[in-house]
Amino acid sequence: MNPVLNNKLKSTPPRKKRRGSFIERTLSTLIRKTERALFAEELARKEGFLQKLDPRVKIIGLLALIVDATLARNFFTIIFIFAIAVILAILSHVPLRMLAVRTWLSVLTFTGTIAFPVIFITPGDTLFRLPLLGWTITAQGVTSALYLLLRVETTVTLSLLLVLCTLWTHVLKGLRVLGVPVVFVVILGMTYRYIFVMLETARNMFEARQSRLIGSLDAREGRRIAAASIGVLLTKSFYLNTEVFMAMQSRGFRGEVYTLDDFKMRGRDWLALAAFLLLALAGFWFGRQDSLQSFVNLHF
Amino acid sequence: MHIPDGYLSPVTCAVLYAAAAPFWAIALRRVKRLLNTKLVPLLSLFAAFSFVIMMFNIPLPGGTTGHAVGVGIATIVLGPWGSMLAISVALLIQALFFGDGGITAFGANCFNMAIVGSLVANAVYRTIGRGAAITSPRRVVAASLAGYAAINAAAFCASIEFGIQPLLFHDASGAPLYAPYPLSIAVPAMMIGHLTFAGLAELITAGGVVAYLQRSDSSLLKLTAPDAPDKNSIEKSGWRVTRPLWIGLAALMILTPLGLLAAGTAWGEWSAQDFADPTVREQIANASQNQAPPAEPPKGLVRLSSVWTAPIPDYAPPFMNSAEFGYIMSAMFGTGLIIAVFLLGGWIAGLINRGSKNAPPETGND
Repeated sequence: MNPVLNNKLKSTPPRKKRRGSFIERTLSTLIRKTERALFAEELARKEGFLQKLDPRVKIIGLLALIVDATLARNFFTIIFIFAIAVILAILSHVPLRMLAVRTWLSVLTFTGTIAFPVIFITPGDTLFRLPLLGWTITAQGVTSALYLLLRVETTVTLSLLLVLCTLWTHVLKGLRVLGVPVVFVVILGMTYRYIFVMLETARNMFEARQSRLIGSLDAREGRRIAAASIGVLLTKSFYLNTEVFMAMQSRGFRGEVYTLDDFKMRGRDWLALAAFLLLALAGFWFGRQDSLQSFVNLHF
Repeated sequence: MHIPDGYLSPVTCAVLYAAAAPFWAIALRRVKRLLNTKLVPLLSLFAAFSFVIMMFNIPLPGGTTGHAVGVGIATIVLGPWGSMLAISVALLIQALFFGDGGITAFGANCFNMAIVGSLVANAVYRTIGRGAAITSPRRVVAASLAGYAAINAAAFCASIEFGIQPLLFHDASGAPLYAPYPLSIAVPAMMIGHLTFAGLAELITAGGVVAYLQRSDSSLLKLTAPDAPDKNSIEKSGWRVTRPLWIGLAALMILTPLGLLAAGTAWGEWSAQDFADPTVREQIANASQNQAPPAEPPKGLVRLSSVWTAPIPDYAPPFMNSAEFGYIMSAMFGTGLIIAVFLLGGWIAGLINRGSKNAPPETGND
């Protein structure tokens, strides 16, 4: 091997090699995104409970539960909604292992880190005093940290169920029910399609660069490459825009947008809608009760 | 920066949805008027672009990497209203299809990053870049600072939203129900992170991409730089480029009387009469290592000195009483004469050039 290259390779610190250059890291992010979207697509085609429901029912029902979970003023309600989310996940063949590792654990580490100091700094009734440091853990602090964690776990699980169990085309159509203007829905749909074109383009660009790279990049050069890649992507998206626009015009596009609304509510959908609304109302009512909370506080 | 569900109370979320709505409406109307039928594909592709560059790892000083939102570069290329819509759509896709960032907090995320971010980026870029040419380095600085300011303004908004939660929403025992940190902690915690690291990713992205586009495709930068002088007008005026030279020249003219400080006459610049004047003869001898000058002025000097009589002998016009002022006047007169000669030469050269340019078609870059 060329001695210069050899030296350059040797001089790369092993730690940096394992972490990979920013190009490798960007590549893995891009690939992970695509994979996740493909996985969601695959899951959305399975024959599960949520998958079979009319998307409008799904969106309204899951959104109502998310709002309930954010409104609730006691733990029981949030835990109750979380339990519903888990049952829905099982009924819809969402692998719990994946939910636990990818969602619950990552929320626990991220939000947990943010919430942890709260148990010491929130003023309130002392629960426990740390022996050496003299810091006090307050009941209010623990309550507050738990609120944040439970709420985030529950809402993230619910919105993930929506993402995983609905074909994206159905989500778009469902959005119209919520009063989102047609033009926005169409833009969303086109954006979603072109995201994959762009992800692919970006991946190709970085793979091409990575395959020509020996040794490590210094940060300055890395920043230059990152900025130039974004610039190239920007220029490419402009070209693509011109092409797409011409294609649309050639098919008669004049700025008006029409979508097909071919959903049909069946008996099962009406039942599910009723069940969702009932649960949401119950959650809303129980969520308002502070008395449940004071019961928890007394026995904490 | 992407606020997930559960950190903000539903009331805060509703307020921020309401705050964002008029901006979306105005942006949609403005962009629609500007783009007409091109609106749908252009916004879609830009939203897709914004989405993808949020995935990019930007190498930061210190060996770490960070993600940029891209609001700086989106504002510079699309203008604030287009950027608002593109970033909002990208954020909605993240929330709805990829589960990143909350659905109830979507209004808040859009308000912070898409709306406040775009408006701040636009204000900073326009202020600092005002009047600079498209390819001017000042535009790179303006873009960098615009990205940096935008992301910090967004972070500041988010930190305020976090910080007011424990004030407004707590249970009967006083335990905060949502984001638990008061303003005194939330604001510094968010801002230190963004002023140091997270802001740098945006700074590098905006500045770096503008620098790249200046070299490769500067037409993309024209939308938000309507006041940028184009190349031709710069060539015509020339004032900006040559200003330091003119200032230097003026300073030199004012300093010309410094020559009066020197004693005696300049060595070798004697006139024929100087050889007859005993005091000047002594000065010549002193300056020439005590070698006495010849008694008679050299014949050639006498003969040639009568060929041309200077209009302003010794830089002091005869009608002028002050020697200093005479020097300055002479400098101005001399410089003016030189400039006039060059202007005349330039004009003639221009005439000749234009004549030859008309014949073959232009091929080079302008």
